[in-house]
Amino acid sequence: MSTLAPGGPAAAAIADLWWFMLAGAVAIFAGTMALFLMAFRAQARGPASTRLWIMGLGIAFPTTVLVSLLVYGLLVGERLQASAAPDVVEVEAMGRQWEWGFRQVQGDRRGAETVGVLHIPAGRPVDVLVRSEDVIHSFWVPMLAGKMDAIPGKTNRLRLLASRPGRYAGACAEFCGIGHTGNRFFVVAHDPASWARLAQGTS
Amino acid sequence: MTALRRHRALHAIWDRGPGWRGALATVNHTDIGRRFIVTAFVFFCIGGVLAMLIRTQLATPGSAFVGPAIYNQIFTMHGSIMMFLFAIPMIEGLAFYMLPKLLGGRDMAYPRLSAFGYWCYLFGGTILVLALLFGVAPDGGWFMYTPLSSKTYTPGINADIWLIGVTFVEVSAMAAAIEIMVSVLKLRAPGLRIDQMPLFAWYLLVTALMMLIGFPPLILGSILLEIERAFDWPFFDPNRGGDPLLWQHLFWLFGHPEVYIIFLPAAGVVSTVLPVMARSRIVGYGWIIAAILALAILSFGLWVHHMFATGIPHMALGFFSAASALVAIPTGIQIFAWIGTIWAGRPELKLPMLHIFGFFVVFIIGGLTGVMLAMVPFNWQAHDTAFVTAHLHYVLVGGFIFPMLAGAAYWLPHFTGRRPIERLGKAAFWLIFIGFNLTFFMMHMVGLLGQPRRVYSYPEAMGWTWYNLLASFGSFIMAFGFALFALDVAMQVFLGRRSQRNPWRAGTLEWAMLLPPPTYNFASLPRVADHDPLAADPDLATALARGEGYLAEPRHGWRETLAGDMLTGRPEYIVLLPGNSLLPLVMAIMTGGFFLSILGGVYVLAPVFLVAVAACGWRWAWRVGQREDLGAIDAGCDLVLPIHGEAPGSPGYWGSVLAIVADGTLFATLVFGYAYLWTIASGWPPPQLIAATPFAAGLSVIALAAASLAGRRAGAVPATAATRRIALGIGSAAQLAALAALVFEIATAVPPPASHAYAATVMVLFAYAAVHVALALLLMVFAWNRVGAGFVSDRRTAELRVAAMWQDYAAVVTLVVLLVTKVPAMLS
Ligand code: HEM
Ligand SMILES: [Cu+2]
Ligand SMILES: [Cu+2]
Repeated sequence: MSTLAPGGPAAAAIADLWWFMLAGAVAIFAGTMALFLMAFRAQARGPASTRLWIMGLGIAFPTTVLVSLLVYGLLVGERLQASAAPDVVEVEAMGRQWEWGFRQVQGDRRGAETVGVLHIPAGRPVDVLVRSEDVIHSFWVPMLAGKMDAIPGKTNRLRLLASRPGRYAGACAEFCGIGHTGNRFFVVAHDPASWARLAQGTS
Repeated sequence: MTALRRHRALHAIWDRGPGWRGALATVNHTDIGRRFIVTAFVFFCIGGVLAMLIRTQLATPGSAFVGPAIYNQIFTMHGSIMMFLFAIPMIEGLAFYMLPKLLGGRDMAYPRLSAFGYWCYLFGGTILVLALLFGVAPDGGWFMYTPLSSKTYTPGINADIWLIGVTFVEVSAMAAAIEIMVSVLKLRAPGLRIDQMPLFAWYLLVTALMMLIGFPPLILGSILLEIERAFDWPFFDPNRGGDPLLWQHLFWLFGHPEVYIIFLPAAGVVSTVLPVMARSRIVGYGWIIAAILALAILSFGLWVHHMFATGIPHMALGFFSAASALVAIPTGIQIFAWIGTIWAGRPELKLPMLHIFGFFVVFIIGGLTGVMLAMVPFNWQAHDTAFVTAHLHYVLVGGFIFPMLAGAAYWLPHFTGRRPIERLGKAAFWLIFIGFNLTFFMMHMVGLLGQPRRVYSYPEAMGWTWYNLLASFGSFIMAFGFALFALDVAMQVFLGRRSQRNPWRAGTLEWAMLLPPPTYNFASLPRVADHDPLAADPDLATALARGEGYLAEPRHGWRETLAGDMLTGRPEYIVLLPGNSLLPLVMAIMTGGFFLSILGGVYVLAPVFLVAVAACGWRWAWRVGQREDLGAIDAGCDLVLPIHGEAPGSPGYWGSVLAIVADGTLFATLVFGYAYLWTIASGWPPPQLIAATPFAAGLSVIALAAASLAGRRAGAVPATAATRRIALGIGSAAQLAALAALVFEIATAVPPPASHAYAATVMVLFAYAAVHVALALLLMVFAWNRVGAGFVSDRRTAELRVAAMWQDYAAVVTLVVLLVTKVPAMLS
């Protein structure tokens, strides 16, 4: 379930963003605390300079850091959008109290529902159409991508890609009542051969 | 008059009186403030015990300590108690206790309102806690997302308890917001310019403004959800034109500013305590004020960062992401101003400073993780995990608890008149600090490892066990720390040695009095020129006690204090404050009866209690005022001033203006909700619109215009009592006609409200207009009676102006309601 053990490009991009932010945060924290502690032992006392403390450290410094971080964040976010691609597979994830039902979607055709297991091909982009039948849930497979809420009356789209075949744990991330804790599922990413077999079997 | 005789005379006027009756009837700000603080601390302990239960349950995988049903109640109540029953009331208590003393006044602007607010808070909080004891506590999480909290998925009373209890408590927050603003703006010591006020007053002024604008969206949301639950009006039901996300917008429109409402007063404590501990003056006073204002404005534009995963288009998210990151700048300004202040001084690591150190460490980490969460892609991973729980506690405990502990260490001698015992306090600090960091640092990590929030259990195989165990261990260390803190306070209260007058050698006015403070604060009021008056004049306290300031002579049993110009502090009039009264308690009980009858579903009783509340309000307003003009009277130090009833901008007038601001915000959010559903929700345009016939609507507009004119005529100067009564009579008749027309519309033109969110919203809009016309009618009839009883003269017109103001407001909202409902109907 770890967000830091990515199994696909989306989760990897976010994990990179996290490590980058962590490094920056540690540096800023250390610097600020050093200033704070040095203030207790500083020898030269006198009126503090507004230019230095307020305009320099208070305004210029955070502005620079934040603007660069924002640009980075926006670019990552843009890359994770479900942009048009030739070989996208569409699946539907239906949240309900308290299980997830999944179906393959091809145009207007929908496959049979599998409960608690979502089958996807590995190495191909997958768009999950996230819906809900009752209350709000949230579809989350931390090793593959961020989460997307399942909201009644609405369809949200989440782009996933599993680089390698395997089993990835998923969970409902939005509190949905008494069965929320147990509202878990798996994503199984298949290699091309087993995906073809599966596709034949279901349609 | 000697200092002692003056003390006795003033004390007799300001004291609360003996026994139970005195305790129930007191309206004194020191009493009320203390009460808020103690009650909030009790709720903190209850919330803390719930937190310990949470951590006990999560300590080990597959724990069977409590099941999910109980667990959901526990974390919902923990969050709700901490936010609504602890943090906000603690702020109110500190403000009530401190502001008049800091600003050189004798009480807050509306003492009876403070008392009323306290009782509402106590009763609302009691409802919530009793529900916990009976096992029917709210269990939908502290943000109560629909449709989980709608009737279908929460059929029990749990959600109603949250909606009613919290709204009841909110009444007190709104009252406090208005009172704090008017007190800071008007009731400052003579000569205290607004740009020279102590920073703490600035922080509270901005906080109160944010409460005034931030709470109405939640109150509106709660009203709508309660109506949906009670009468099946589908505001949030996607199958009938509603939208569950409307709730989220309303909630977070309140919820994000709420976080700053909690943080700002705490930052105000830091800005007050830190310079004293550092033995220097605050760096960048003007910049800090600018930063607070920027925070207040920005914080209303960020709410969507709680909804990054709801499927809103990425570009829109980018906007809110940028705005969220930008709040770090005004926060940065304050942080570095504080550090610069320490650099400039000779800091001493006394107990308050130690807590400020804790604040720095914890709050900066919370701020940094906050910036991380503002980045949309990272938010998609971390949202709704233990990482967010960790972040929010770093911000709230760092940004509120540690500053409050600093404030407690700093002001306890003021509350108790006794010296602190440093040792115990320091041990408490380290236990809290270490325990806290252990608990919540672990939760960051386990969140990144995929642990969602609000889960009552987890399998061993997840690899989360050690983190959780350590987190729980840390929380018990922290609990010991708080126990030690409570012990420290108790020891100081009961065993501490008497403190001298200004133990920290601080510069602000609250230290210019005996400790513990006398009921009237200052025997005479000082003229103040800047934010640290004691720094320039350390003997001010004795001079004031000798009666060398304003209003030094007790007379007629009046509770007197001074009010001045909002900007310059130039004295304008003497405020005669009302004395002790049981009315606040009675009115709060009636308000409680109203809420309980809704909670119990006994809807027939609700209007009965409403009438009782109105009757209390009538009596409340009737008991103040003068029947003759007093003219300008002596205010001491060669100053003569009128009393507030004879001055143009009396506190009541400004309170009314602010109440309309709050009410107008609620109305604006309602119209926003209507527009939001119309454009976003599915199932629109609605199957059936309101009848397009404009006659009744037109009649109500014309009648209200006439009523507004009549209201204006009644307040004109000069005029005889007879003319005023005729104008008020005509105005009331017009209001009655307008009300009838609106009721006719409601009864005949609006489609059945349970059929579609459109019909439900339109119905609420009309009801809103009708309620306000009724309120304006009540005020005008009241004014008519007051004129008859001789309370109004050419010099004393405040009540007429207030009645006219509410009439104008009712006219405007009715016009808006008619436009937004009838125009689309006529066009289609
Ligand atoms: C004093 C020590 C505290 C501890 C050990 C503690 C512990 C916790 C824990 C473990 C949770 C997560 C529950 C879950 O996700 O299942 C939680 C939630 C929460 N806490 Fe605290 N907390 C403390 C103090 C505070 C304070 C001071 C505040 C606010 C001023 C606060 C506000 C909240 C809120 C708003 C939630 C979210 C509740 C929800 O998800 O509905 N907590 N707390
Ligand atoms: Cu769930
Ligand atoms: Cu927020």
